[in-house]
Amino acid sequence: MSIPQHAAPAIALADAMAFVWAETERLDRLAYREWLELWDPEGLYVIPIDRDAPDAAEALNIAYDDHEMREARVKRLLSGFSMSSAPPARTVRTTSRFVVEDSDARAITLRCAQMLVEYKYGRTRTLGADVTYELVRSAEGLKMARKTILLLNSDEDLFGIGYLL
Amino acid sequence: MTETDYASLVRDDRVHTALYADPAIFEAEMERIYKNTWVWVAHASEVPGPNTYKTSHVGLEPVIVTRDKAGEVHVLLNRCRHRAASICEKQKGKTSVFVCPYHGWSYEVDGRLRKVPYADGYGEGLDLGELSLIALRTESYNGMIFATFRDDIVPLEEHLGPARKWIDLFMKQGAGFGVKALGEHRFRFPGNWKIQLENTTDAYHFPIVHKTFLTSLDEETGNLMDVLGQGGWVEDLGNGHSVMVMIPDLIDLEENLDAPIPERFMDLATQLAEEGHSEEQVRKIVRAVGGSGFNLNMFPNIACSMAFFRVLRPVSVDETEIRHIAIGMDGGPAAGNRARLRLHEHFQGPMGFGTPDDAEGWERVQRGAQAGHDLWIMLNRGIDPPEGRAEPGHNAGDVSAETGMRAAYQMWKRMMAA
Repeated sequence: MSIPQHAAPAIALADAMAFVWAETERLDRLAYREWLELWDPEGLYVIPIDRDAPDAAEALNIAYDDHEMREARVKRLLSGFSMSSAPPARTVRTTSRFVVEDSDARAITLRCAQMLVEYKYGRTRTLGADVTYELVRSAEGLKMARKTILLLNSDEDLFGIGYLL
Repeated sequence: MTETDYASLVRDDRVHTALYADPAIFEAEMERIYKNTWVWVAHASEVPGPNTYKTSHVGLEPVIVTRDKAGEVHVLLNRCRHRAASICEKQKGKTSVFVCPYHGWSYEVDGRLRKVPYADGYGEGLDLGELSLIALRTESYNGMIFATFRDDIVPLEEHLGPARKWIDLFMKQGAGFGVKALGEHRFRFPGNWKIQLENTTDAYHFPIVHKTFLTSLDEETGNLMDVLGQGGWVEDLGNGHSVMVMIPDLIDLEENLDAPIPERFMDLATQLAEEGHSEEQVRKIVRAVGGSGFNLNMFPNIACSMAFFRVLRPVSVDETEIRHIAIGMDGGPAAGNRARLRLHEHFQGPMGFGTPDDAEGWERVQRGAQAGHDLWIMLNRGIDPPEGRAEPGHNAGDVSAETGMRAAYQMWKRMMAA
């Protein structure tokens, strides 16, 4: 971006929180194509397994998606031909306990807690996670440069997840 | 239920629904199968050096797989000989001693009881040599470590029989570096373990369940993964083991090294060449990077499945844990292993493009099996013996034949009715 760091105020926590709530609401609504619009083209969507891996690129992850993989993932989930996502479990998620790690005029790194409840086949499951957002300012507002979802049980038994975290 | 009843539940071309749904049968399986055969517990690279360990299971029983200072592998029941507390709750690690957290009994990595706190409370009566951790008979083949509760069954190599050839072929994806576990996806599904056992030798479901995976591939890879159209076959290897060859061209990864490099691996090939690897080495790594063209299904709990190990663990009659262990080159170029990790993530794991649909399918089998208790699971696809030998170009039968499932259930019958 061409905005000099000292010429504009740092991205506010309130703006970043509003972004996260809007983003997670799109996911619960299965508005995945609208969700794709929230990404910086260079952005990475990462769901790690190893809680201490220094570099997710060198480790096995639950998801490690660049732009192309995100597009492919959304296409798959919306295709109607994936039995785990047609229909998917219903989900409701809340995010809270926001902490700003770093912020300037161009970017903000935000940590928060996410509690997600899913429902399918008469069964309710809970997935807790620490989520880290790296948001960057663009001409069209904030975009995700990285979203890392560290599930509480990332390195233990999970189950098939037919929706986006 | 009497012993003869078990045998009557498995016919040549079908098995009874009770095999998925009856808790009494599950309990009998844990005794008659999992306590009476070789059960896979680890790959050698998961206990890479002296004093390393991982936790695992043999059937329902938790074990620790350790490698001692001398390099020998031990499989030990994860239970203190004092009052039963588990002595290790980590998935893997390194230690020179296991200390029970309850009363501080300490054990050597090979299982021998080292020391007991306040030992004088036992007077003269405690013989440390009598109270080692219980060690299971342990043998390995080409890096695959198995354990058994039985001292009198055939050696592992004999049990594996013709499966050994396929293990050797599978390990060629180390591209000369040896095979190393790179990480694992762990998940459960609410269904019986044999549903997963069947799935690894089920090519029939692939184009249907995995349609969305196939459409996410480039055209060249999509054609390669057209597993029903490559002239593959399924072979019964005895003792419940079977191999399903989906891509005959990728049986031996050290052959056809001069074939053109697939478009999707061109960047990797260029990078490896730039790193200074010889052309032959680049071709070897790139040919191996997508894995072998077959699934080797070994009864009862392990498969060498194209590019990963599939491990199943029965939890209860309607609950099964699965691990998909990603493998790569041990000490090979990082770029090659990164490519393997990304390929593994694409299909496998709780959010892969393949696994969640498999898991949903298996759950649907368990749910469906609640209806029609007297009905049978049909396994008669491709039951007529093929005209030709099980080799490329010899009309070896159909890759979607349910031959591998029939092989597994005949072993089930043999063990359950014994």
